[in-house]
Parts: sequence; C-alpha cells; structure tokens
Amino acid sequence: MTISDERSTEVRGPVSGSPRGPQGPRKLSWTQRPGLLSQNLLTAIVLGVIGYLIGHWFGNYLSSGYDYIANSGQNNIANTLALCFGVVGWLGGIGALNYPVAKLFGHDGLVEDEPVDNWTKYFRYTLDHKVVGLQYVVGVLLFMFTGGLLAMAIRTELLNPTTHYFAPDVYIKIVSEHGTIMMMMATSIIVGPLGNYFVPLMIGSRRMAFPRIEALSFWIFTAGYMVIFSALPYGGFPTGWTGYAPLQTQAGPGMVSYLLGFAVIGIGMILAGFNQAVTIINYRAPGMTWSRVPVFVWSILATAALLTLATPVLFAGGLFGLLDKTVQTAFYVNEHGGNAYLWQNLFWFFGHPEVYIMALPGFGIAGELLPVFCRRPLFAYRVSSAGMIGVALLSFFVWQHHLFQSGINPDMRPLFMLTTELISIPTGFIYLVGMGTLYRAKIRFELPMLFVLALFFNFLIGGVTGVFLSDVPVNVTVHGGFFVLSHFHYTIMGGLLFAFMAGLYYWLPKMTGKMMNKKIGKVHFWLMFVFFNLTFFPMFIIGLLGQPRRVFTYATNLQGLNDFASISAFILGFSFLVFFYNLVYSMWIKPEVAPANPWESLGLEWQTATPIPAYNFERIPVIMTDPYRYSEEGAPAYADFGTKDAPGSSTPTMA
Amino acid sequence: MSNQSTNSAGQVHHLRRMATVWVIVSIIGDVLFSIFVAPHVPPGRLTETAAKDQTDFNILFEMALPVLFGVWIYLSYALYFWGDKRNPNPAFSGDAARTNMKTQVSWMVVTTVTVLFLAGFGTWALIVDHGSGGGQGPNPAFAPAGGLKAETAALLGKATWAPGSNNVLPIQVIGQQWKFTYRYPTFGGFESSQLILPADTTVAFNVTSLDVIHSFWAYQLGVKADANPQVNDVAYTETKNPGSFIVRCSELCGIWHGSMFNNGSVESQAAFEQWATTTEAANAANTALLPAFAWTYVPSANGAGGSYYPTNDPFSAVETYGSKQPS
Ligand code: HEM
Ligand SMILES: [Cu+2]
Ligand SMILES: [Cu+2]
Repeated sequence: MTISDERSTEVRGPVSGSPRGPQGPRKLSWTQRPGLLSQNLLTAIVLGVIGYLIGHWFGNYLSSGYDYIANSGQNNIANTLALCFGVVGWLGGIGALNYPVAKLFGHDGLVEDEPVDNWTKYFRYTLDHKVVGLQYVVGVLLFMFTGGLLAMAIRTELLNPTTHYFAPDVYIKIVSEHGTIMMMMATSIIVGPLGNYFVPLMIGSRRMAFPRIEALSFWIFTAGYMVIFSALPYGGFPTGWTGYAPLQTQAGPGMVSYLLGFAVIGIGMILAGFNQAVTIINYRAPGMTWSRVPVFVWSILATAALLTLATPVLFAGGLFGLLDKTVQTAFYVNEHGGNAYLWQNLFWFFGHPEVYIMALPGFGIAGELLPVFCRRPLFAYRVSSAGMIGVALLSFFVWQHHLFQSGINPDMRPLFMLTTELISIPTGFIYLVGMGTLYRAKIRFELPMLFVLALFFNFLIGGVTGVFLSDVPVNVTVHGGFFVLSHFHYTIMGGLLFAFMAGLYYWLPKMTGKMMNKKIGKVHFWLMFVFFNLTFFPMFIIGLLGQPRRVFTYATNLQGLNDFASISAFILGFSFLVFFYNLVYSMWIKPEVAPANPWESLGLEWQTATPIPAYNFERIPVIMTDPYRYSEEGAPAYADFGTKDAPGSSTPTMA
Repeated sequence: MSNQSTNSAGQVHHLRRMATVWVIVSIIGDVLFSIFVAPHVPPGRLTETAAKDQTDFNILFEMALPVLFGVWIYLSYALYFWGDKRNPNPAFSGDAARTNMKTQVSWMVVTTVTVLFLAGFGTWALIVDHGSGGGQGPNPAFAPAGGLKAETAALLGKATWAPGSNNVLPIQVIGQQWKFTYRYPTFGGFESSQLILPADTTVAFNVTSLDVIHSFWAYQLGVKADANPQVNDVAYTETKNPGSFIVRCSELCGIWHGSMFNNGSVESQAAFEQWATTTEAANAANTALLPAFAWTYVPSANGAGGSYYPTNDPFSAVETYGSKQPS
C-alpha cells in the first residue's frame, strides 16, 4: 500500500479494522487468538522474568570471578545482562518480535495485522493507534502515581530538619527515583497518549506511519518503567536524576538500572519521535498544507524532532556509563584518561532539549484548545509554529547553562547566557498567541480551558525564573538549590502536567464516549491549581534562603516554610486522588454519554463517529481552509468529507 | 493586540485601560520592592561579589515585575470582560482576529530588546564588573588585580599575605565525602576544617575534590564553585566587614550530602593573622604529613571515597594551573 492509496477518498468497507485495508477475515495464528494462551501481558511477564533469570545466571557465569561489588553481593555484569534479557523477554512475550523474526526467516505470512476486537486488545501488542493511545494513558498515569507517592515521601522527610523519617541513603534513593521516574514519564506524557491517539485523527489519516513501531514504543516505555524501578531492590542510586560521574562510577548496582533505564526509554523515545515525524510529514490529508496543520500537530512535530535528535546522545552517554561500570572502560574516569565533564556535557546536551520535549506539547495543547473555548480564531498562527520551531532549534545550543559554576569553560558562559535568554523570544511567541487569542473572545470556562489558563499562569512564573537562572551572577546564588527545583516544577508540572490534564478532560469524551464529571473536575482543578502554587512558590524563597537540593536536613529557621510546602504538597497529592476518583466515577460508576462534539470544536478528530472506527475516516477528508475559523460568518467548513452527513460534521461554528 | 481600524469606538480603549493600570501597578510594585525587599535579598552584602550578585538579582526582579503584572493584568481583564456570560458582543473573528502585524512586530521587538539587554548586562557583570563569584575553572575569564600573580606564587610556595598588604589571599578548598577542608598556602599550607577569612581582602578560592563532585557554596559570600576531582576551579571574592557565613555543599555527592556544611567567618585582618599563625604552628606536625601543596590531588591517594580503581595510579593526569598565568 502506498501513501497515495492511503489518501484516496474512496469509501472503505467498515469490515476491515486493518490499517492495511480490507483483505477479508484472516485466520488468526495462536499468538493472536483470544484467551490466555495467546501472546498478551501475561506471556510478556513470564518471558520477561525468564529472560531476567537467564541473563542473571549468564552474567554470573561470565564474571563472578571479578565483578562482585564489595559488601553488596551484587554483580554489575549479572544485573546488566539480567535487565537486558528481561527487556528482550518482555518484548518477545508481548509479541513485538514476531514480525521482525518472521521476516528474518522469510515468513511474511505468519504475521497478522487483525486486532482481536474485544477488551483483550488493550493487553496485547495491538497496532491500532487508538488502542496504543489508551494504553499510554494508563501507562503514564501509573508512572505518575508512583512518582507522586515518592514526592509525598520527600515532603514527609522535609517536614522536620532534625527528626528523620528515612535514613539518608533511603532518602537519596527516593529523591533520585522520584526525579528519574517523573522525567521519564514526562517525555511521553503527551506525545504518547494524546499524540498517538489524536495526531492521525487531526491530520485526517487512517493510521500512524509505522503501526508496529508505535506499538513497540509503548511496550519499550513500559519496559523502561520496570528497569528504572528495579533500582529500588538493587539498593537505589544516589545521584539524582542527573547521574553525575564520578558518583555514578562509585555508586552501587542500582546505578545500572538508571543507566539502562534511560537507554531503554531512550530507544522508545527515538522510535516514537521518528514515527510521529514521518506520520505528520507524509500522512496529512489532501489539502492540509503546512499552514492548515493544527498547532497541536505542530508541537508534536517539533517535539518529534527533539526526540529523534537529542535522545541518541543520552543513549550513548548511558552506554558509556554502563561500559564503565561493567567492563571497566574509563569514559568518565579522570584518573584513567577519561573525563567526568564528558557525562555532564552528554547528559545536558540531551537534557536541555529534553526540557522542551516536556514543554512544547503543552504549548500545543494550549494553542489547540484556546480557539475552541474562546470561540474565535487562533491569533498569529504562523507565529505559534515559528515559536515552537525556534524553541526546538535553540534548545540544542544552551546546555552548558547547567554548568555555569562547574568550572568547565568560563569563557563560554556569556555565550550560553545569551542563547538561553534568546530562547525566551520564541517562548514569548507562545504568550503572544495565547494572549492574542483571548482578545475580545467569548471565553467558555469549561474544565479544559481552566487548565489551559492555569498553564499560562504557571509557566509565566517558570519562564521568568528561568531568566533569573540564566543570568550568571544570579545563578551563583540560586544554582543547585530549591530555587531551581521550584523553577522546573513550575515549567514541567505547572505547564506540561496542567496541559495533560486539559487534554484529558478535553479529549476523554472522544476516547471513551463518556464525559468527565464537571463538579468533581472543578474540585480537582481548584485543589491542584491552588495547592500547586502553594507548594512550589515557597520553594523559591526556601531556595533563595540557602537550602540546597537533595538534602535531608536544612537550617532550622526554614522549617516553617518547608512545613507549609509539605502540607500543601499533601493536598496537591490529594488532588490527584480526586482526579482518579473522577476518572473511575465518570467512566464506570456513573457514566454520562458524551455528545458527539461536546465542545463544538472544528477539529477533524471530533468529526469522526463515536466510537471511532478502526479505520478512523470512512473517506479521507479533504481540507478546505485554515483551522480555527470560529465565529466567522460564511467561513467554509474545515474539511470536506465527501458526504453530506459525515458523523459529527454539523458542528456549528458560530458561538 | 489592538486593531483600531475594525473596532468600534468603545473597544479601542481595552488596551489603553490595561496599560494605565499596568504602569501604575508596575511603578508601585517596583518602588515597594526596592524599598522593602531589595536590601534583604540573598546573598546579602557581606562581600563585594555578594553585594553585586544581589544588585543583579534586584535589577532582574525589577524588570520581571512589570512582565508578570502585564500578563496578570491582561489575563484578569480578559477573563473578567470577555467571558461568554459577560461579553455581549460576538467573539472577534475573521482575518483581523487572526493576524495583526503591528502587534506581532512590536511584541517581537520588545522581547528581543529586553533579552539582548539582559544578556549584555549579564556579560558585562561577568567579565568587566565583578566576575560574579562563580567557579571559573583553572583559567578564569575574570580575575581581580593581582589575582593570577598570587595564584602562581602560591603554587611556588612564595605567596605572602599580611595585614594591610593588599595581596590577594589564595585559599584551597578541598571537598571530599562528606566535608570541606581548607589549605592556606600563604601560611605553610596547613589544612584546617575551619574557614576563616580576613576582612577587606580579595580571596582566591581554589576549589577541588578528592572523590566525587561537590560544590563549594559560601552562601553569604556570594561564592559557588563546583569541586571536581583533578580540576582546580577558581572563584574570587572580596570580603568587606567581619561577619559569619555558612558553607554548604550544593552538588549531590552521595548519601551524606545533606549534612555537608560548616560555618566560616570573616575576621578583622589582625585577628585573622593571629588565628592563621597560631594554627600553622599548632598543625605543623600534621602539615608535614600532607602531600605537597598542589592545585589538585590524585583522588584515591588519600583513601577517601571511591576506591573503585586501584590507588596511586602512576599515570594520573595532573591538572596544572592555567595557561593564563604570568611566566
Ligand atoms: C505532587 C507533586 C510533586 C511534588 C510535591 C514534588 C516534590 C519534589 C521535591 C520536594 C523535590 C526535591 C527533592 C530535593 O531536591 O531535595 C523534587 C525533585 C524533583 N522532581 Fe518533583 N514533585 C512533584 C511532581 C513532579 C513532577 C510532575 C515532575 C516532572 C514531571 C517532577 C520532577 C522532579 C525532578 C526531575 C526532581 C529532581 C530530582 C533530582 O534532584 O534529581 N516532580 N520533587
Ligand atoms: Cu537547560
Ligand atoms: Cu554534596
């Protein structure tokens, strides 16, 4: 099947769920049949465990003579191989390897595309982007929940400077694990669930470009989650999410989980980004020129560029670290000709684009939702896509702003100060677009809109404090302290997480056919917004008053502020429980059927039937005009479906 | 965002109203901040660098306040007047609502000018004015008068300092899991766990580590420099009046990172000399056992931390003090 076939507008029979088009019902192989004996989550777990055990045995067999770590009874080589084999077992168990292996042996016929269309498809290697999207929703929520529990533990420890709830080694484990889990989750929190689910719908495509890669990226993501979690039974790692060498080299076996975890997640990120980029570039419906692409899709494209270009550096960096720890290379060991700065450079060369991987999709959701709830066109559409591209490009040239005090290269500080501050220009574009779109609007204060407005409030504080951090003289005081901590929570949590919530409240009705409860949602929003700010705003002051990051004790005069932040954090944590309750309540306890287009959006994704057929569009739509022509008298419809009554296409544009 | 040509007379004034409120609120905010908050902003004014870092923070804050107020006022105004319940007019739409060159260009010009000003100001502060007190590695981009000379002299064992001499005082900060110690090359290279500084003196901190990365953060001095093994990270400051300060490690260095702090003080020059000479004499026996004063030390030679690799590697790279030193 070629791309031009894919775009043809001829009617497809609804019999086929296959992205490859109708080929009639096929005989299912045993891997795909319903029931416990086929390949599913269970086989993945079983093979994952078996792989783990084999790898562990093999590692010990190879190296037990010399690689035991003093006092730990652990062997880095055994742990590394165990995790590698475990990941491969997991992927094999879920069925991700069937196709490549079958191809390898020339058995194309063995491979099946037909998803079994019942609930079990959510526990399988399913290629439908809508299933993968929902799998991702559950995946990232699980990630977020564990990371959030660890955050509660952190704030508990910081309740008191002298009474300790955790031993120092346990505490540092918790902080490191919290940061790493959250960062890994945040790379995928929007691209994974909402990107996979909605990008094809929003560009009028029947599928992602590479459905197998898309499913693979999800199952790698889950594997990465388990790898990073395995650090805990291994004794944790003491380096925080930044993993600086030589502490990394010195650390115990939990470090292997960190390095390998990032490598595994990294592969998933590269694949996901690559798949998104190819899809967006090649699978747009006819008529969808670059100036008609929804801004959410623009943001995913910019993010995809960062995912594919920045993550390989992290992968390489992690690999070097693993080699240092297992086969005793010396990439990061100064005494043997390596250089500990190398890790800092590699890590942040990835790390800074990474922070925009965690910002751009949020901007995209904000830009996408604003016109819907303002009932007017997006202001300065071109500026918004230029802003996202600008941010993405510049983000590769700022990484040493994390190393201003490291002594790495004093002459480069003015340059990195400049590039960092330059980024605020394209970031400012997003504000221009946001504020411009509010101008003389008719704002509907629905739940998704509240979260978007909160994003603009929070990210402003995050962004302005970022400028403080980029100023080297101010950086001397605030680097490495709670000020930084608060800054990046304001951008990631205040921006990305609020955007994710906006996206969920906005799109869950489409994904599930059920509305989220508005009352509980309002409670969730206000608790989350107010207590997010009450938790993290005091931390700016705590940081300015001299509390470094990652400490289990602090000056006694800071206890009041810390307790205030902790108690707010507990309520903030509680707001997530309210969200989960709302989810359960609205989906299962008291479901309320969603109208076809509850927000009266013009977006393509709302113009499909509910539930969305596996092939998305009966006919590939032809895009007729710019998106977001709300409230415009006589504006043509965004898309032509070739039928008079395409489901949901009767959206009123007038407010 | 004003589009005067298409607006009816009443609507033209949205932005003017906001601007009026914005100017008033910004001025009030900045004045209140400057009077009541600015003098107390960390890191205080114990040293020249601290004072200047504080000034820079305050300037940034005074610029940030109007930005914050601008967005907040606009947001409040929009949410209040343009909510669908309150706004009687239809939503703004059509081409005029989609682009407005004047607004877009002026936004870009304003942000660009602001940003370039900030970068220029920061660079000036860093290179010309005071060097910020941050760690600058072995080849400082900014050095106070006499700084490099004193450093070279210290390595050769010829550095001197006496009350009133106006010489730069080199001090070595050694981080290790989990404490900081300080060597005074001008006083025979003794090592102490106390950091005492003379008042009215330019100090050159030479920060290094024996194991993992630490960060020497002398909070009230406005000094922060990472302690990397085998790297000499130099940071300058200029003390003014006597006072006490706290030193904390600000780079995660393992499980006891949280308790890696101690107190230091700035004493009068005479008191400092008194303390230094007494300590030099009292520690003489210990000093004899220390490795010769150098910018960096092979980490595991002291048996501290790490010990993942064999100790006493004969092929260790030795970091030499920078190329910028006078010959
Ligand atoms: C309930 C919400 C949250 C709370 C109360 C919270 C609290 C904290 C605290 C107190 C620390 C600092 C520990 C320290 O350095 O002493 C921390 C670290 C961190 N948090 Fe969160 N956090 C929350 C959510 C998030 C989210 C959503 C993200 C990212 C998506 C995140 C990412 C991080 C990272 C990267 C670190 C740094 C870890 C390190 O130092 O290596 N956190 N968090
Ligand atoms: Cu960065
Ligand atoms: Cu430390």
